[in-house]
Amino acid sequence: MRELLQVQGLTKTFRLSAKQQKLEKTREKVRVAVDNLSFTAYEGEIFGLLGPNGAGKTTTLRMLATLIRPDSGDAILDGASVVREPEKVRSKIGFLTSELKLEECFTPNYLFDFFSTLHGVPVEVRRQRKEALFARFGIDRYAEVKVADLSTGMKQKVSLVVSIVHDPDIIIFDEPTNGLDVLTARVVTDFLQELRSQGKTIIVSTHIFSLVEKLCDRVGILINGRMVCCDTLDQIRQGESLEDRFFTIYQETAGDGE
Amino acid sequence: MKQNGILAIMRKELARFFSDKRMVVSILLPGVLIYVMYSFMGQAMGSLYGVEEDYVPTVQVVQLPDSVVGLVETGGGLNLLEVDASAVAEAQSAVTDQTLDLLAVFPEDFDRAVAAYTPAGGQPAPNVELYYNAASTASQSAYMLLTSLLDGYEAQLANKFDINAGDKIYDLATEEDTAGTYFASLMPLLLMIFLYSGCVAVAPESIAGEKERGTIATMLITPIRRGDIAIGKILALALIALLSGASSAIGTVLALPKLMGAASDGLSANIYGVQDYLLLAAVILSTVVLLVTLISILSAFAKTVKEAQAYVMPLMILVMVLGVTAMFGGGAKTELWYYLIPLYNSVQCMVGVFSFSTVMAGVATALAANVIYTILGIFVLARMFNSEKIVFSR
Ligand SMILES: Nc1ncnc2c1ncn2[C@@H]1O[C@H](COP(=O)(O)OP(=O)(O)OP(=O)(O)O)[C@@H](O)[C@H]1O
Ligand SMILES: [Mg+2]
Repeated sequence: MRELLQVQGLTKTFRLSAKQQKLEKTREKVRVAVDNLSFTAYEGEIFGLLGPNGAGKTTTLRMLATLIRPDSGDAILDGASVVREPEKVRSKIGFLTSELKLEECFTPNYLFDFFSTLHGVPVEVRRQRKEALFARFGIDRYAEVKVADLSTGMKQKVSLVVSIVHDPDIIIFDEPTNGLDVLTARVVTDFLQELRSQGKTIIVSTHIFSLVEKLCDRVGILINGRMVCCDTLDQIRQGESLEDRFFTIYQETAGDGE
Repeated sequence: MKQNGILAIMRKELARFFSDKRMVVSILLPGVLIYVMYSFMGQAMGSLYGVEEDYVPTVQVVQLPDSVVGLVETGGGLNLLEVDASAVAEAQSAVTDQTLDLLAVFPEDFDRAVAAYTPAGGQPAPNVELYYNAASTASQSAYMLLTSLLDGYEAQLANKFDINAGDKIYDLATEEDTAGTYFASLMPLLLMIFLYSGCVAVAPESIAGEKERGTIATMLITPIRRGDIAIGKILALALIALLSGASSAIGTVLALPKLMGAASDGLSANIYGVQDYLLLAAVILSTVVLLVTLISILSAFAKTVKEAQAYVMPLMILVMVLGVTAMFGGGAKTELWYYLIPLYNSVQCMVGVFSFSTVMAGVATALAANVIYTILGIFVLARMFNSEKIVFSR
């Protein structure tokens, strides 16, 4: 299998503002959000980053999506380095998080076209893709409704569709089912599996065990910015449920950490 | 791809603006408000200080002399009504009640007394009594009219010399100079304020607003260059700001004659030629683009639109102070280095155009300087879009 994503010693620290120090009741001036992180994802698999709140999942994915720069280390996505060739990386990936919002005054139709243009998608390809994706997610009926007037679930579907207007080979998804009802969440997970069957590589982050068990081929467990283990789902589970395994691992690391 | 990106961003910004009716109204409203307000102020001032043009005040006169009849006949504008001396008290209360405009009481045999009088004779001069009501504009204007007629009559009786008695034009200022000086002292300040207001109405909304709503990051994960986002936004915002500036400027130009009332006779913007307007347009264009760039950069530091509006306050004060400098110092500066100072150079160029003292090399310097400042600003803005501290600050 081809290694489509190689993460090599990614590290990211944040300077905490005085306000933030107060808020989190801490005296430390810098926070190591991601600490010398390395892992590999293979072509055609769903890789899950599992970790509790504040583990550094979002920070890691933002570095992969070139929204923030690592302090040190690098990640190579399909041959392109996030440090040296961020523009090339951006054209290869689709990135989706609930923090990335769509402008409320526009319609799904307009936004699809707009982001297609930013990605340099030819008009004819754009038309076909839009037709297929809108039909797939039932957006076609709402194509001319302003995003502001759509339901949360429909908004999320539009965000998903807009993030893959350029048909990327790598899809990075932060908390894919957060805030969605079971029906919409199901639509999203089904679609991720469909993308995998098309040979796409998918990186998701989550703190939901069942989602990992359902979707992921391989898992990396992230605690306090460090990768404590990274393997296939079955290897990590060792016959137990993922939840039980996670607590064992968590206790082991929390013991020697801090 | 490059061109496409800039164009797509521009089109998106314009579409966003025009899809928001409140926004469109808030941009175009100032012009309408300025027109209504100025017209109203002009009218209020007019009715305060003037009487209707065809109104002829009535004057009751006791012992009306022939000379005065002749004076009023040639001077006009007064309706004389001879009354008996016994009616004085009644007439006085009529003036108080504003049912009568003026009461004039002449001494007996006024004309003969005047002819006989010599200042060296030691006798008091014949006295005319004019009773008026200062609370009534009609009464007051009748009082002033009759006083000036009588003053003129007195001067004519003892004529030793005249000043400007011929019918030549003695004020040698051309109509252009007068209007030009007037426009040059006022318009730069107004234009700068209008342009600034236009920019401030759209730029913080577009830059800090996108940060606040989390929509800018969605654009930043596409391969579009940060510079293209900056250029596209600045061009679109400048266009909208120009629209708003134009609305305010048109409102002012239309309302100015009403505000100035009679004083605006001969105060017409027609004195400027095509070349003047072209120069002005170029100056305004470069000013707006620079202003939008500056405001965008300030807004990019802010996390919210509110915060951005606070950050740009100092710039507004600066713009106003620079605009006020146009009121002092005759004509445009001739030293070229003044034209390198951003925003001040715009004011100087405007003063030059309005007062017919344009320093062409200065305008060229200013335009070139502004283009360079704008390009530098776009680089700064693009870098800011690339900075995670700016885009993802907590
Ligand atoms: N811009 C920032 N400035 C300062 N600290 C930050 C910033 N972004 C993240 N952090 C800190 O870095 C740590 C990791 O945050 P991150 O958002 O990556 O965690 P996460 O695993 O995504 O958590 P969650 O499950 O809550 O989303 C946290 O302690 C967070 O407070
Ligand atoms: Mg997160």
